[in-house]
Amino acid sequence: MTRRVSDEQLVELVEAAIFVADKPLSKKHMKETVLQDISVSDRRLQQAIDTISEHYQTRGVKLVEVGTGYRFQACPSLSPWLNMLWQEKAPKYSRATLETLALIAYRQPITRGEIEQVRGVTVSSNIMKSLLERQWIKVVGHKEVPGKPALYATTKLFLDYFSLSGLDGLPKLPELQSEKLDQMLNDPSVREQSE
Amino acid sequence: MTEQQQQQAPLAFLKGEAVLEKPEDLYIPPDALQVILESFEGPLDLLLYLIKRHKLDILELPILSITQQYVHYVEMMQDFQLELAGEYLVMAALLAQIKSRLLLPTHEEIEEEEDPRAELVRRLQEYEQFKQAAENLDKVPRVDRDIFIASALIEDVDDNADSLPDVELRELLLAMSEVMARAKKFEHHQISAETLSTRERMSKILQYLSENPNPVEFSVLFHIEEGRSGVVVTFIAMLELLKEQLISIVQVNLASAIYLSLKLQE
Repeated sequence: MTRRVSDEQLVELVEAAIFVADKPLSKKHMKETVLQDISVSDRRLQQAIDTISEHYQTRGVKLVEVGTGYRFQACPSLSPWLNMLWQEKAPKYSRATLETLALIAYRQPITRGEIEQVRGVTVSSNIMKSLLERQWIKVVGHKEVPGKPALYATTKLFLDYFSLSGLDGLPKLPELQSEKLDQMLNDPSVREQSE
Repeated sequence: MTEQQQQQAPLAFLKGEAVLEKPEDLYIPPDALQVILESFEGPLDLLLYLIKRHKLDILELPILSITQQYVHYVEMMQDFQLELAGEYLVMAALLAQIKSRLLLPTHEEIEEEEDPRAELVRRLQEYEQFKQAAENLDKVPRVDRDIFIASALIEDVDDNADSLPDVELRELLLAMSEVMARAKKFEHHQISAETLSTRERMSKILQYLSENPNPVEFSVLFHIEEGRSGVVVTFIAMLELLKEQLISIVQVNLASAIYLSLKLQE
């Protein structure tokens, strides 16, 4: 038996469900749980989400879509003050970790060897282990080359953590100056003189 | 070591100008160096740093001066006994190889010869690209540092208090017996001092063997009335004697009796 609800009731229910759920809530998950005996079209559900999102535009909390669904989060502009609520500071990540993570994010799927090729150093097992443990990266397959190395990719939890709904939300990769490189190779005057 | 040579010959030609001396800002106080070196993420990072220090474009990679500085750093790293990753030495070798190729006369007829710097420049650019990407990624707001997740609690409604299931007496007794069983595991054990000494038993066996000119059967040496610990002590004593090569143990056939005898000292 499916019940009918008014738009206002739907908005209330969706809002409360997103607030109360301990993880980001996807539309699919909403339909399987809180909305299971309520007849709601995808369009109406999206409208309800848009209504909530609009409502919170001027508040300290915002509705955002991240990797695994919708969640409410405080405005980033408030974080300097909100930070004072906690004694412990958020962890800082080493350059090695960030570079490894950046390579996996922008070049996925990528093998460990390919990461090492770009960074010019071996990637410590600890870095890979902690990224895997945090579930920011996962093995998505194995490259068809000798040794069958694992191919790594980022996860939806990675997107959640950086509050992104997709990889396209990442900052753009700085561009290579490849034209200038070609120019250097073709122009003998730029060539270095020998002693 | 090559201080004088360096002043005579130009270090490199940069944009057509001869560079005779190393730039002043190349001097780094040794204390600062150690801190700097530990912060490098590898040879590409060190090379990028050297290029930036020169305020140069990666594309104008002056191999000679960069190589000299690079080797200088690597030598200092060794002086400071910093654990030097092999990658740094590989890069030094690569720089030297590129330099030597640049010194060789170029054959006009070989059109397709690539600038030996190209591959290194490409790798440096690629590394710089991802170094920058990593810095950008670090700036992306993240949970618990810049983003705090909002949540609401469901208030516990009290009217379902009577819906809690009843507990049967049997279940209660079962739970109690489990607790008792667990408590048992925390009982204390008294460990008493060893009453049977292995060393003493070793002497006894030796004495017994010396009194009997013929090999003694294995089982004769055990005294069943001593119980399990007595048997164990005797056995350990035999092994100990065997290890110290004071006795020999023989068995003629498989599953036949085992005999012990003194090892004859020469």
